Order: sequence, then structure tokens, then C-alpha cells
Amino acid sequence: MLVWFEDNVALLFLALLDGTVTAFVLALIALGLSLVFGVMRVVNVAHGEFFMLGAVLAWACFHFTGNMPLLGFLLALIVAPVLVGGLAMLSDRFILHRIQYNPESTIVATIGLLYIIQQLVLSFFGPEARPVEAPIYFRVQFPWFGYSGYKLIVAVLSGFLLLLTWFLMVRSKLGLYMRATQQDAEIAQTFGVPTRSVYSKVFAIGAGLAALAGVLVVPIRQADYLMGLEPLLLSFIVVIIGGLGSLRGTLVAAFIVGISDGFISVFYEPTLAKMLATVLVAAVLIVKPTGLFGEEPG
Amino acid sequence: MAGVLLLLFVLQFILPAYHHSTFSKIMVLASYAMGFNILLGYTGLMSLGHAMFFSTGMYATGISVYHFGYTGIPALGIGVLCTVLVSMLLGLVALRTSGVSFLIVTLMFGQAVFLSILYFDQFTLGQDGFTLTKELEPLVLGNASYSYTDPTFKYNAAWFLFALSLVITNILILSPIGRVLIAIRENEERTQMLGYNTYLYKLFAMTLSGALSGLAGSVHALLFSYVGATFAEIHHSIAPLLWTLLGGVGTTLGPLLGTGIMHYLIDFTSGWTSAYLLIVGAILVLLVIGAPQGLMGLVRQKRFPWLP
Repeated sequence: MLVWFEDNVALLFLALLDGTVTAFVLALIALGLSLVFGVMRVVNVAHGEFFMLGAVLAWACFHFTGNMPLLGFLLALIVAPVLVGGLAMLSDRFILHRIQYNPESTIVATIGLLYIIQQLVLSFFGPEARPVEAPIYFRVQFPWFGYSGYKLIVAVLSGFLLLLTWFLMVRSKLGLYMRATQQDAEIAQTFGVPTRSVYSKVFAIGAGLAALAGVLVVPIRQADYLMGLEPLLLSFIVVIIGGLGSLRGTLVAAFIVGISDGFISVFYEPTLAKMLATVLVAAVLIVKPTGLFGEEPG
Repeated sequence: MAGVLLLLFVLQFILPAYHHSTFSKIMVLASYAMGFNILLGYTGLMSLGHAMFFSTGMYATGISVYHFGYTGIPALGIGVLCTVLVSMLLGLVALRTSGVSFLIVTLMFGQAVFLSILYFDQFTLGQDGFTLTKELEPLVLGNASYSYTDPTFKYNAAWFLFALSLVITNILILSPIGRVLIAIRENEERTQMLGYNTYLYKLFAMTLSGALSGLAGSVHALLFSYVGATFAEIHHSIAPLLWTLLGGVGTTLGPLLGTGIMHYLIDFTSGWTSAYLLIVGAILVLLVIGAPQGLMGLVRQKRFPWLP
């Protein structure tokens, strides 16, 4: 056993690194989904498309700034969440509000939104995958292999964004409104919390987080119009395992899923990793239907 | 209802060839949608993984014929049997959740089935799929032998499947079990308080729903020969949702109407744009804002309240 360990320590470490990066990015995306569900009680099936939009807009920014990837990157970090967040706000105002946030209708409406966004991007961006250069290129040299420094930066930046979100939730007035609305929207309203505007802002923040994740990830993997599906499914898995409505659960689950995905993908196959994640969900559901940290909403 | 069946039966003699085969396909897929509707329209459970039932039926039947050389009817039986098993197992796990969690769980298991089809590609031939035309011997009923590729046979077989689904659905909703399912849809807690074991009823609905969808899948494999992984993808799970919503969720004829309209709409729009899914998406959004009961639902609301 120990011999296997020694022989494979490089692979193990690689799996750990890759898994950690995946976990951080996944946490960012899943957090957006979870926030929206926690506060608004609706599932946004188009969430993956916000991620994709972030990546595509990042590509556009890089394209726009020509030879300066770093500038493009910084530009994208601002432009993508703002534009995608704006789109989200519009969707909330014109679609979600109209259907009164009815859970089933929202699911159908966001599926429609998914198709609309996806196909619009297909029409303007095209079906190919387009690569984006990393803003900073350096290799961190480990005893066994060199690892992309940019990937580590992605992890660090994601962690930073997660902390920022936590800070927002805990310290700011909007965060207070969000937590109040999550606990009980009606009572919050009677206390003067502007729930309608909170809903818009939460939806925008959720979308913005996904878009940021897209910007961060796009130099690692190319931008293509179908890239939103996989993060969507993974986020769903994370949110179910962690428990719908629990932010802490989302974060914990993101790490469980991300790191195990990393390990299984390195040692076996990515397809198998996804299948196993589904089995994991089944296992959690059999034991605890509301997820690891879940609470019954309402 | 009998009128619709009669109309469809008669249509086969009038329709030109292209529409003839389209109608056959529509009827099979409408049966798929009707299976879906049992769960959504009458029990109130939205599943985004129904493609797994359809494809289980399709692959079970397809593999029986392709790899093991079974003939049509036994392969059909195997298809249904496998699907019943799968839907029951899934129900046992998924029905521990409800609402949004149920949706996500069904979505993921649907995806897992799709991935398994790709993973085990020694049997399933993965992404490419396979066709049954060579291996499938003609059906022998009594003295007559019918080839599966004969258009008249296809139409009538599809018609038979559709008629069967219609009859089953109607019997279900008019029966006491159906009433309980509708009660569960309206207010599950109250139904529970009245003493019904809602879990068992939901399990039954799920099994029936899955079985019907799987039957549609098996028939599709036999009639249209091609067995492929695309039928297990998410889009194929969203499809019956779209058709049922458009036609009218919770109505018996809704799925047929929705399936038919969508097919012709997609046909029409594919003519001038490759992004026809955009139209689909827009329709979904407009539907859900303006007419959540779908077309038949509207008809029922405005004119004929007695429609099932």
C-alpha cells in the first residue's frame, strides 16, 4: 500500500491541486445558485448560461484589448458581472416577477431563458470553442511537476470573492435584507424590507458570481456556447448535497464534490466522476433527504 | 376522445407520405409525453429526467434485438420490464424529496443514465448508436407477417400505442387512484391527513409514468430503427415538458396537441434559422407567463369544463 502511495504521490498531489481549483470555482458558481434559491425560493436553470456568458464576454474583452491579456482580464472582471447581472435584473423584472416566483413556472421560464441565451450566443459567437490567453503565465515548480500558476491564482481569487460575498451577507444592509427575506419574506416585508428590489439584486448577484467564475475559468478552458451545462449540473449536485437553502452546506459540498471530482478524473475518467457524484447524491438523499445542512424552507 | 382516435385512424389514408411518417412519429412521442403528463399533470411532480425512461425502454429493446436476436414482441416486453424496474428504483430514491429537490434529482439521474450509455459503449455503441433494420425480423401475427419498416404498419402501430396510452390515462384519472393522485397534486399534506399513504401513490404514479414512457421508447426503437444516445440527453427530457405545457398539462389530449404543434413549428422554423431552439425558448417563456395551462387547458377553461 505504501509503495503505491509513493509511486503515485505526484498524481495524488496533482489531483489534490486540480480538485481544489475545481472546488473553489464550483463553490463560486453554486453559491450564486444557492443564494437565489435561499432568498427567492426559485431554481434558476439558466444559471449555467450566466457562467457561459461571463466566459464569452471575457473572450470579447480579451479580443478587444488585443495584445494585453492582463488588461483584458481586468476589464472582463468588471464588464462581465455587470452586464450579466444587468441581464439577470431584466429577467427578474420582466419574467420572474410576472409569474410571481412560482417555483414550477420559474423552472420552465428559466429553461426557456437557457435556450434563448444559448442560441443567441450561438448566433453571434458561433459554435466553435475559442481559447483565451491567461493574463499571467508562470509555472510553480513542485518537486514532481510544474503547475500552472494561473490556476492557483484562480483558486485564490475565488476564495477572495467568496469571502467578499460572506462579508456582504454578514455586514452590509443588503446582506441583512437578504437574510431577513430568506428567513421569512412576508414578515420581512412588514418590517419594511423592500423585498422586490432585494429579489432583483439577489438574482443579479447570483448571476454576477457565475459570470465571474466564467471569467476566471476561461483561460483554463476555452469558451464555447455549450459550456454552461456541466457547471449547472455540478452546481445542482452541490446544492442538493449541501442542502437547499444552506450557504454553509453549499460551500462544504462544493469542496467534497470538487476534490472528489479531481481525484476520480485524474485516476479514472471524468465521465465516471460525474456518475459517481450522482450516486453520492442518491446516498445523501437516502440518509438525509434535506441534504447535509439542509433546512425545510418556510 | 373516441372522435380523435377515429380521426387519426382515418387520416392515414389521406395524408401524403411525408406527413404520414411525421404523424407516426408524433403519435409515438405523444405517448411519451402522455407518460410524462401522468406524473406532472395529474400527480403534480415535475421530472426533468424522463429521457432516462424513454431511453431505457429504447436501449433494452434495441440491445435485445441487436445483441441477442430477440424478435419484436419479446424485445418490447423486455423493454417495458426494464423500464418498470428502473422507474420503481428511481422512485424509491427520488420520492424522498419533492418539489425542487425532486426536479434536480431526476435531472441528475437522467444525466447519469446518459453518461452510462456513453461509458458502456461496448454494448450501447455510445454516441453513434445503432440501427435495427437488419436484425429485426418481421412481426408475425397469426398468419400474416408485417415488416416493421412498412409505413402502413408503422402508422397503425403508432396509432395503437397512442390509443393505448389514451385509454390508460383516461382509466387512471377516472379511477379512485387517479382521484387520489389529483388530490396529491392539489394539496399533498391534506391528502396525507386524510389517511392516504401518499408515498405509495406517488411511487405508483412514477412507475406507471416511467413504464409508459419506456413503452414509447421501445416502440420508437422498433418502428424507427435507430437507437442512439441523443434520446437520453437532457433536451429529450425537456421535450415532453415543453409539449405537455404547450398542449395543456393535466389534460389527456394536451400532449398530443403539443407534440404535433411543436414538431411542425420546429420543422417550419428550421427552414430559415439553425437557432430554432431560440423560438422554443421564447415559447416556453411566453407560455409560462401567459398560458400556463396550455392550449387544451385554455379550451377547457373557456368552453368545455368537462374535458378530462
